[in-house]
Amino acid sequence: MTGTKSILVIGGSSDIGHATALRYAREGWRVTLAARDLEAAQRNADDIRTRSGVEATVQALDVLQTGQLAGFVAGLSALPDTIVCVVGELGDQLRAQTDPELATTIMRTNFEAPSLLLELFAQAFEARGSGTIVGVSSVAGDRGRASNYYYGAAKAGFSQFLSGLRNRLALAGKVRVVTVKPGFVRTKMTAHMKLPAPLTVQPDRVAEDIFRADVMKPRDVIYVARRFWLVMTIICALPEPVFKRMRI
Amino acid sequence: MSNSGVGACGLSGWGNYPRVSTELLAPQTPAGARDHLLARSGVVARGAGRAYGDAAIGTQSTISSRGLNRMRSFDAATAQLTVEAGVTIADILAAFEPRGFFLKVVPGTKFVTVGGAIAADVHGKNHHRDGGFANIVVSFRLALPGGEIVTCSRSENAALFAATLGGMGLTGMILEATLRLLPIETAWLRQDTRVAGNLDAAIDQLESSESTTYSVAWIDCLARGAALGRSLVYLAEHATRRDKDMLGPDLAPFPGVRTSRLSVPELFPGWLLNRASMRAFNELYFRRGAAHQGKVRLVHWDPYFFPLDAIADWNRIYGRRGFVQYQCVIPQDRARRTLADILDRVSRRGDASFLAVLKLLGDASGLISFPLRGYTLTMDFPVTETLFAFLDQLDALVVDAGGRLYLAKDARQSRATFESGYPGLAALRDIRQQTGANTRLSSHLSARLGI
Repeated sequence: MTGTKSILVIGGSSDIGHATALRYAREGWRVTLAARDLEAAQRNADDIRTRSGVEATVQALDVLQTGQLAGFVAGLSALPDTIVCVVGELGDQLRAQTDPELATTIMRTNFEAPSLLLELFAQAFEARGSGTIVGVSSVAGDRGRASNYYYGAAKAGFSQFLSGLRNRLALAGKVRVVTVKPGFVRTKMTAHMKLPAPLTVQPDRVAEDIFRADVMKPRDVIYVARRFWLVMTIICALPEPVFKRMRI
Repeated sequence: MSNSGVGACGLSGWGNYPRVSTELLAPQTPAGARDHLLARSGVVARGAGRAYGDAAIGTQSTISSRGLNRMRSFDAATAQLTVEAGVTIADILAAFEPRGFFLKVVPGTKFVTVGGAIAADVHGKNHHRDGGFANIVVSFRLALPGGEIVTCSRSENAALFAATLGGMGLTGMILEATLRLLPIETAWLRQDTRVAGNLDAAIDQLESSESTTYSVAWIDCLARGAALGRSLVYLAEHATRRDKDMLGPDLAPFPGVRTSRLSVPELFPGWLLNRASMRAFNELYFRRGAAHQGKVRLVHWDPYFFPLDAIADWNRIYGRRGFVQYQCVIPQDRARRTLADILDRVSRRGDASFLAVLKLLGDASGLISFPLRGYTLTMDFPVTETLFAFLDQLDALVVDAGGRLYLAKDARQSRATFESGYPGLAALRDIRQQTGANTRLSSHLSARLGI
């Protein structure tokens, strides 16, 4: 299998991680899924191998153990061509307001840990002179809302991190950074929520758009569904005195 | 997060009739599904919701298998594929047709799950030769109501295996299944069309084509009198490499899925379905078909096996009140007279689907599998005030001829009709008693029919 490209998905037990890895595998890319829940990642890897016929392996990784991230990157048998980070946790906003430990976990999971990890990959990719970094952030990071502001604040931080990283790497022009902002996606994370059908997409859609933005038609920032760009532009344009009274 | 509930909701089958309230559970892993089963009663599994009536709606709770959508493994040497129960036939064909494999038995839509296909022992256009879906099942893992997970095959837990094939989900919840795929030289079908002027001619044609792999007759339900049962009979074989090189040298041997572009809007205007428009459609349909008579041609596997899949949500054309798909099978020796009687009544009533499907079936596999050696006839009827009394009359003809109705389509037959058609019922009840399924697993269908 030499000569084929490879993708590493951080958060490989998630639905978006699974769908994304499968999309690349269908084009012949070798897949590695990294996750804390190895059993769930293995289930996804088996699915990808069976459907695509390409190699799919798993790696144990708990991104919150930030002291171990450098060792994880150094220990990879080969550096992937593309890394996709879909790590994220919505968390329970109400509980987080009175549970600082939970609030901390939400912020670390969505911002701190992914940022520290992707910086390490950025450096490794720079040293090699190629690579794509895909960070899956969220439209929730575009404006703070009452219903999920720990999650949203962390995603906002992650979006800014990706923006800055892209800015740094663009000068050399060897390593690309893609920011993905999904809106409503039907996944395990949102299974308990009622989502507005016209704005809700399946994980396959996110996977397809990531693959396009990475491989087919390079883009810096993508919204999935695309119409969410318009929705967020309007929401971000609302003056704060108006926005603060709204429940959206 | 291996489990999640969606909560109480109104559910119906593909026919949009009946619509009933149930707790819908959406586990994301096989273990999660088993946990739900263990904790509930009045429960049944549901796949893609393509059973037409009330078969996949639990009397209290319904466990969706849609989250069990992972493939497990494939062994190219034995062509054995293991998948979770919520994987669909469309998923399998999308992944394996390009690699030269097909499924030996497929129903009329590819949007059914493997679990559903086993539970209904679905059949295709080759049932007379190759049997039902049960025949391609090597083994499966079944969660019993007590929480135990057992592997069933022809050699292991064989009685439970036979009861689950066609058992309408009433023995447990299928979590995973191993199927044997069919190696193919090309994914094209070599199709031959014959015109049959009436029902007798259609049956003669199907009878004389028993050695053909795929055969099916499309009946013009609007034809009457001497032309009653006028049909186009489609015969087909998998095209070999040589067939394809002769008939379509420029075509790719494995052309992939043909994606659908059409969809029926939510509020389909019912007036489009009137007798005049149907008559015009049927006339066109038959002239086009007749023009193909005697010409062998290559047909893409997707429209060949799944013609209605190209029109997303076609069930909406019958509007909010829904429809009933009536599918009966009549033993071979009684078929001609009984089917003529049914078709005559249907054509005089005038509101059936304008096309009906006639097909020769072979022997059954499971205890309450639908097929038996004879002819099966399928028609759609929009739900109206007078429909059920009319269908009761058809049932009487079916019962009198020793036939039965397909449970995966049924929404309204009586217990008496059901019991007279399914002699394997007692054995199924015994097994349900042994596993405790009788007090725990129940769908609206099983409650209605006293299974």
